[in-house]
Parts: sequence; structure tokens; C-alpha cells
Amino acid sequence: MVKLPIYMDNHATTPVDPRVLEAMLPYFNGRFGNAASRNHSFGWEAEEAVDKARTSIAAIIGAKPKEIIFTSGATESDNLAIKGVVEFYKEKGNHVITCVTEHKAVLDSCRALERQGRATVTYLPVDRYGMVDPDDVRRAITDRTVLITIMWANNEIGTIHPVAEIGRIAREKGILFHCDAVQAIGKVPVDAEAAGIDLMSLTAHKIYGPKGVGALYVRSKAPRARLSPIIDGGGHERGMRSGTLNVPGIVGFGAACETAAHEMAEEAQRMTDLRSRLHAGICERLDDVHLNGHPTQRLPGNLNLSFAYVEGESLLMGINDVAVSSGSACTSATLEPSYVIRALGVSDELAHSSIRFGLGRFNTAEEVDYVTERVVKEVRRLREMSPLYEMAKEGIDLKSFQWKAQ
Amino acid sequence: MAYSSKVLDHYNNPRNVGSFAKDEPNVGTGVVGAPECGDVMKLQLKISEEGVIEDARFKTFGCGSAIASSSYVTELMKGKRIEEALRIKNTSIVQELNLPPVKIHCSVLAEDAIKAAINDWKSRRGAEVEQPGRAEHAS
Repeated sequence: MVKLPIYMDNHATTPVDPRVLEAMLPYFNGRFGNAASRNHSFGWEAEEAVDKARTSIAAIIGAKPKEIIFTSGATESDNLAIKGVVEFYKEKGNHVITCVTEHKAVLDSCRALERQGRATVTYLPVDRYGMVDPDDVRRAITDRTVLITIMWANNEIGTIHPVAEIGRIAREKGILFHCDAVQAIGKVPVDAEAAGIDLMSLTAHKIYGPKGVGALYVRSKAPRARLSPIIDGGGHERGMRSGTLNVPGIVGFGAACETAAHEMAEEAQRMTDLRSRLHAGICERLDDVHLNGHPTQRLPGNLNLSFAYVEGESLLMGINDVAVSSGSACTSATLEPSYVIRALGVSDELAHSSIRFGLGRFNTAEEVDYVTERVVKEVRRLREMSPLYEMAKEGIDLKSFQWKAQ
Repeated sequence: MAYSSKVLDHYNNPRNVGSFAKDEPNVGTGVVGAPECGDVMKLQLKISEEGVIEDARFKTFGCGSAIASSSYVTELMKGKRIEEALRIKNTSIVQELNLPPVKIHCSVLAEDAIKAAINDWKSRRGAEVEQPGRAEHAS
């Protein structure tokens, strides 16, 4: 028997790997020093641990240790990269290029800059698989462009953007390229150098590390990326991010990177196999199931499906011993479905019907089979209850039907 | 978000799911909402010559609260005269199911469905039709 509930929402967060936790524990009490204390062994011990972690984190993205700036998480990293670059280069220009399916930490940072009159922002569209066209990036560039910010892989639909091509364009035009690689590191090979990335947001809790610790990679040369800090204080992290370092968290982040790097190839294959098993198992038994995101250029553990005629939140309610998430924003105050899925150009109804399965390190084939069973059973039950399913079966075209909406 | 026990009960054991033949003269059908809004309710009422609701069926595309609202409404309808049914306000659905503020629209939709179904029945009998969905919604 599988142990319930099953956690299959690993894009939201992941549990701390026991190996990571073990590495962290000594730094809560025994080795509790402040990494900035330069004149006693407590401080040296903490600093040494931070340096070791910095090296492991840098290694997973092909960077140098000194290019890693610790933050409280990827939201802060995104804010620092975008607001920090725009502020620093304000004499040079004020135009930012991003895309409509970026994480809210990127989109809301851009909107804040627009609101304050500090930047103009171009929001590029995506194709039906959620991918940005590098030619669109090229065309959007103006002589005022100071930053391109495009994520490595999308958190909802798993689509992997052509980052290396975008990086080449940015380099050619002499524009800094920031990439939110939160969902990609430890899952697929990421190389900041090869992809021409100048700033990269990272976080620990998506790779079986602790919450509350992240990093921003800031390229040190060829070209050197500069930014103005958004948090002032003791001048930690080369003046780019002040504040006492979260030593246990950083140690955990480092350990998480080491484990992920070590197991990545094998783990990516295992995730891809589990995902195929889940996808095939569901599609064998249900019709009208649509894949959201790219068929091949996607994160190994991501499966995002729309179950036509069934509203996502009601499906989540029916499979309540399985933790997944839905693009139906029925619980949100706005009642808008996922902006990411809508950006693919699918109907709003399919956006309301989407479910994101986020497979992770601790999921098993047995769990996948259980989830398949639960989903199939519940979708069938809800379709029997769905007026849309009934209408579709009667041959009524749902798109041309005159709905009496409120 | 935690669901109230009543919403869960209706969701897990929905009452009166199904359809009547739409063309039966004693059946009124109301379809309200739209797929792009994430909610569509179909409510059908079997109404006697004397204007008494004898039976009810529903089908709903929507969240758990929308399903629960429509399921509850089918129970509420049976045995009521149409005048009484038309007086049911969404607030009584909110109260019964303990719906949180973000789910009030589900109860509004259910109220609209009642009116739409009764109006459909009336129009089939050639009686005067009241405009659906024009009632004041207390929320």
C-alpha cells in the first residue's frame, strides 16, 4: 500500500532531503557563528561552511564561487536582479524585455518599475507550447534596453526556453541577460557560461534544500554585471546584499546542490519515466485530455494536463489524498484562471480544467499508479456530473453556444 | 482553503445528479454561467400543472462549492410552489453551506439557475416570462 497523502507538487516546494538536513543541523547550535565575525573561530567556522556551500552552488551552474550572492530566496533574487540592474544602469537606458509567462516575482518587479516610471517593459508572447521566440527578443531590443529577463523553465507547464539562443543575442547586443533558473537547476544541466547568462536566480527549496535561502549569480567578468543593492546594511556579499548570512540554510543549499548534481542524470531519466507512466496511464483511460506545455522541451518531472469538461478545483477536491495543483484560480479572489495557461492561447475553459503534477525525488511508480487510478475515477465521476460533457456528447458546439453568463 | 462539512457532503454525495428529457412539457431547464468563467450549472425542474416542483436534477461544471450549491438547491426545490422557489435568495444557500466570500458567486449562480429553469417552464406553457438573473443579489 502507498502511504497517503501523496505529495506530487514538487514545483511548489520539496521536502528537505535527510542528507541535507543532517549537514545543516550542526550549524544551528554547535557551530552557530556569524560568518561575518572575522576575529574568532566561531566566525571562521561559519565562513568556511559558507564558502564550501558557495563552491557547490557555483558548480551546479558553471560559475565561480565569488559570483554567488546569497539572498532569502528566488523572489528576492529576481527583485535584486531586475530592480538592481535598472537602477545601476539608469544612465544607459530604461527598457526591460521579459515574457508573459514569467514568475510573478519577475512580472511584479517589472510592473513596480513601470509604475514608478523607472522602466518601460516589453512583455513578449509565447507560442502554444509556452516558448519564447528568440527572434521576438531580438526584435524587441532598442538602444534603451538594459536587461532581458527570461526564465530557464516554466514553473507551471515545465516548458524550457531556448535560453542559449537568447543569451547569444543578449551578448551580441551588449545587453545583460537575467534568467530565473529556479525550476531548472538540479533537474536539467544548467551552465551560465555556455548559455550567456549574466544574472541567475536560484533557490534551495525546489531542490530538496530548506526554504528561506536563495542566491543570485552575478557574472564577474566578460562582461561584469553590476547592480545597485535593494537592501542596505553591513555590506555583506560584496555590498550587493547586506544582512547576516543564514548559515544553516546556506549549508543546506550547498548540500542540496551537491546531491542534485551527483544524481541529476539518473534522476532526470527516472522522472521522465515516471511522467510517461502517469501521462500514458491517464490517456489510455480518458479521452479529451490535453497536454499543456512543450511535448519534449520540458522539465522531466512536470506534467500539466487539462481534463476537458471538468473544473480543476473540483478535481483537486476529489483527489484529496494527492497533493497537486490546478490552474483554475477558483480559490483566488480574482477568479481568473492561470495566466500561464491562458498565454498558450487555449480556451479559458481548458485553463480552468488544468492540473499540474510535479514529480520529485521521493515519488515512486507505485504512487504514480495510485494517482492515475484516483484521477481517472474522479474525472469520470465529475464528467458524469458535467453539463459540458453531456452537451459535447450530444454534439453541441460549446464555443458557439450562447452562454448566459452573469 | 478548507471546505465546510456540508460542501464536502454535497460534493461527495451529490443529490439528484442527472437530466430529464428537455422537451417534456412539464420540465423547465436553466443553464447558467459560462465555461470560460469556470462555472456552468444546469438545473432542471419537473413542475406540475398546479405549479408545484415535483422533482429536480442538476449537472454542474465548477468548483466544489458550485457543485454543492446546485446539489443543495435540487433538494430545496422539491415540493415547493414556484412562487416560493422564486423567492429563494442566494444568501440562504451561503448560510446553509457556510460558503466563504470568494464562493458567493456560486450561490448567485444557483439562484439564477432556479429562475432560469422556472422561466423556461413558464415559456413552454406560454405564460408570462420573468426576466432571469435580474433579481437583486444580496451578498
